[in-house]
Order: sequence, then structure tokens, then C-alpha cells
Amino acid sequence: MLNLITKRLAVMVPTLLLVAVFVFTLQHLLPGDPVLALAGEDRDPATLDALRVQLGLDKPVPVQFVYWFGNILHGDFGTSYKTGEPVLALILQKLPVTLELATLALIIALLIGLPAGIISAYRKGTAVDYAANVVALSGLSIPNFWLGIILILIFAVKLKWLPASGYVSPFEDLSRNLQTMILPAFVLGNALAASIMRHTRSAMLSVLSQDYVRTARAKGLYEPAVVLRHAFRNALIPVVTVVSLLFGELMAGAVLTEQIFTIPGFGKLIVDAVFNRDYAVVQGVVLCTAIGFMIMNLFADIAYGALNPRIRA
Amino acid sequence: MTMDAALPAAEALPPVERRTLKKFVRNRAAVVGATIVIVFLAMAIFAPLISPFDPAQTNFRLVRKAPDALHWFGTDEIGRDVLARVIFGARASLLAGCISVLVALAVGVPLGLVAGYLGGWYDMVISRCTDALLSIPFLILAIALAAFLGPSLTNAMLAIGIAATPFIIRLTRGQTLAVRTEDYVEGARAVGVPRLRIALRYILPNIAAPILVQATLIVAQAIIAEASLSFLGLGQQPPAPSWGSMLNTAKNYMEQAPWMAIWPGVAIFLAVLGFNLMGDGLRDALDPRDV
Repeated sequence: MLNLITKRLAVMVPTLLLVAVFVFTLQHLLPGDPVLALAGEDRDPATLDALRVQLGLDKPVPVQFVYWFGNILHGDFGTSYKTGEPVLALILQKLPVTLELATLALIIALLIGLPAGIISAYRKGTAVDYAANVVALSGLSIPNFWLGIILILIFAVKLKWLPASGYVSPFEDLSRNLQTMILPAFVLGNALAASIMRHTRSAMLSVLSQDYVRTARAKGLYEPAVVLRHAFRNALIPVVTVVSLLFGELMAGAVLTEQIFTIPGFGKLIVDAVFNRDYAVVQGVVLCTAIGFMIMNLFADIAYGALNPRIRA
Repeated sequence: MTMDAALPAAEALPPVERRTLKKFVRNRAAVVGATIVIVFLAMAIFAPLISPFDPAQTNFRLVRKAPDALHWFGTDEIGRDVLARVIFGARASLLAGCISVLVALAVGVPLGLVAGYLGGWYDMVISRCTDALLSIPFLILAIALAAFLGPSLTNAMLAIGIAATPFIIRLTRGQTLAVRTEDYVEGARAVGVPRLRIALRYILPNIAAPILVQATLIVAQAIIAEASLSFLGLGQQPPAPSWGSMLNTAKNYMEQAPWMAIWPGVAIFLAVLGFNLMGDGLRDALDPRDV
């Protein structure tokens, strides 16, 4: 097990380095001279040169990369051009909000996706299975920002049951917090529910025809026990892997969901940064997401090993 | 997408193709999907003929009018006809969906073939780069690229295409690895067929089916991505119509003009559903395992 983790960590290093090279290269896609943009009205060549030296832009590109990456390894992701705060501080400050949203979304997705997948596999080929598949495919096809708009239209504008937007910290007022989070969490969870349902269904289908399930039935076991304890527990292995890999989708989905519901999280941070041309923040967010994704990948491998004794060795 | 060309000649097709076509046509969901896709393609191509109004024509006496007999989907905040804009918006969405996937295929398939067939260092380098790009979520990568390239529909298509490329590389590489040890590839190598010719004439045709399926499903993702980028102001620029940017405006008028928010979203949903259904149907039809 430890061996597996070390091996995976060793693979992560070059991948991380490549992501860093890529994220660094992004800033060279920008049209025009960044120094001119920063200097604003002041076009005095001496000021421009001073700025260039100050930013390290007078050095060759590979040297610039080494400096930049060295700073990142020290936790310095640069400074926000807009607010003057360190990028890492901004990210750490917004992250808890998104993590709460993502956790709630995942809970909703599992509550919908797992039972739907089990029932749909158990009743394969029936109207229930057909309906579940249609709903899942629709869930995958609805753009989540539009679903957000429609839900705001129904629950906030027409029925006035829930607030349309805004954010209240859970430490300040938990019930207000949940009221503001329920719609965005549902919007974010919706597409995940569809994909969890589809994976649970196919995993259950391959498990339900196994000999040990037939044996469990043959010995007269109570049917729900057969389905849940014998079949579902084995079907869970691929599903757990899929769920940990959904992290990327959660993060990407959070970008638009937070934008619609004006939730001050990680996703809103990147969008605001894009609007403000605050490129250091964009780079920081992309890099942090990639690191988060790699960590989740590692968890997926560990979980897979822990759940599946055959590859534990 | 060459459905109409393939249909009348069904009897003349070789057995495998005929069986695939039969399986696709018998799959009701797939036919519904293909129909939706064809309707949207027609809508995009013939937009000027179908559209009841000019999508850019403003009319300040008709600001935010609810749907009626003349303006079926209502009008927007500066009196433009929403139906006309939804019809013309199909152009941006389908163009972005198809062009970005073509970009991804043009870059991804050759790289995947090289990695899978040549192996060794080529594989190492290409696979590591693919892993690195795959660790950035698709939409976040597209947003970041579009942000740095600058907001325009062309740059959005390019950004989405680049973001989709690693998926195509990984699929092509995996399929190539599976096929390269087949007897017909070994045979071709044994009689001295050049490597490039083996890759193009022996391997590519045999891995085309799963790539086609994946490409269809990626078109669906790309349409959502284009709408998302346009929604954030990084795609199609106003006043040109796009479903995403229509929704961006509509969210400011949800109380006064909810119809502005409904129809562009329905259009995105249907177009994406169409490609998803068609992709699923193609996968089932092209699967040689069940007959």
C-alpha cells in the first residue's frame, strides 16, 4: 500500500512540473507587453525598464520560469493586481466556501444517484429503468448555469421561498446559510447525480449476475440484503473511484454556479479575476485546481486499493 | 454527420456497415438524437430564411414584450426578437461545437497515434503532457485559455478545442495500443509496410469508431462550454447572437422578462441532448460485441 502511494507520488512530480510550465506559458499568450499595461499612462522608457527589472521580465524566459516556480514552491503565488493581496491568501480565503458548496452538492448527488442507479439496474428494462435513464441524460445535458437561472425564477422570483443569491457564513447563521446554499448545491449536484447514477447502474448490472449473488439468493437470503450487502458493496468499488474523480467536475461546475448565485467562493474568484484581467489570480486558481485534482486522484487510487483486496498487495 | 448520404445506399453497403446502420435506426433514442441534431443544423444553415425577424434589429417601442402572436418568444431588453436570436444563436453554438472538436481531433489523433504506436520516449512525453492537461478541469482550462487569448468566438473555439485535445489523445493512444498487436498489423509490418502507412491505413480505420463516438459526445460538451464562455462574456461578443450571452443578459431581467431566460436555455439543452443521444446511439450501434 505504502509502495503504491510512493509510486503515485513520484509520478505526480513531473506532472505537476508540466502543469506549472503550462500555466506559466499562459501569460505569454497575452497580446501586447504586460509592462505597458501595468505602467498605464506613464510611457517614460526609464520607468518601463525599471518595472521590467522589478518584475524580472528582463531575464530570459526559462530563468523567469525558474524564479516563478521557485516562488510557488515557497507558497508565493504572486500578488493580485486588483487588490494587492497575495494570491494564495485570496485562494485560501475563498476555498472553504466552495468546499461547503461542493460537499453539499456531493451529498445531494449521492442521495439521488446511488438509489436511482441501484433501482434502475435491479429493474433493468422496465419503465422505471427507462425513466431513470432519460432523467439522467437530461441532467447531463442541462447547462448548470441555466438550471440555476430557472430555479431562481421558480423558487426565488415566483414562489419567494428562498433567497435568489447572496451568502451567509455558516458560523454566523447556519439556517440562513443552508437556505442560500440549497439551490446552488442542487444545481451543482444535479449533473453529478446523473453521472453517479449511470456508473452505479452499470456496476450493479455486472455484479448482479455474479455467482455469489446467485448463491446468496439460493440460500434464501432476504432480497434487500442480497442487493445491498452482497451486490452493492462490490459495485461500490468502481463507483468510489468515479466519485473521487468527479472533483474536477465539481470545481468547474462551481465556477458558473457561484457566478449565478453570487457566492463568494473559488469559482467566483477566477471569474472576477478574468474580468479584472488579474492574471496572477487566474494562474493561481488553475494551478491550485490541478494540485487538488492530483490529490483526489491519489485518494481514488488509495480508496481503490483499500476496497479491492486483489490489488492491495 | 453524413447521415443523408449513407441512408439511401443501405443495401449497397458492406454487411458490417449495414448492420451498424440497422442497429442505429432501430435505436429510438439514437434516432431522436440524430433528428434533433439535423433540425439544429438546418436551423443554423438556413437561419436567414427561417428567422421571422432580423436578429440585430432593435425596436425601442417593443422593449421586453411578452410572447405574442407576432413575437413568439417575446422581445429582449432593446426590442430584438428572441426567436430570431435563438435561431441565429444556433450558428455560434454549432460552429463552436464542431470547430473545437475538429481542432481537438486534428491535434489529438496524430499525437495519440504516435504515442500508442511508436511508444518509448514519444509515449512518455506525450502521455505526461496529456496527464498534466487532464489534471486541469475541462471548463476551467477553457476559461483560463479564453481569458488569456482574449474574448472572441474564434478564441473560445480554440480554447475549447485545446481543452478537449487531451481526451482525444488518451483515447487514440489507448485504442492504438489495443490494435497494434493484432495479426493484420503484425503482418503488415512483417512484409515491410512503412510505419506511417501502417498507422494511417491499418490502425486508424480500425480505431475510427470509438473516436467518432467520443467526438460526438465531446461536441455536446463543447456546446455547453461555448455557452458557458459566452455567458461569462468570453465567447461570442455582442451584438452577435449566442445562447450563452443571451442568458447572461436575461439573468438581469428575470422578474420583468422571464421568457428571455427560458428559450436560449431550452435551445442549449435540446442541442446538447441531441448530440448526447446520438453519441450513445452510435456507441451501441458500433459495438461489435452485441449483434
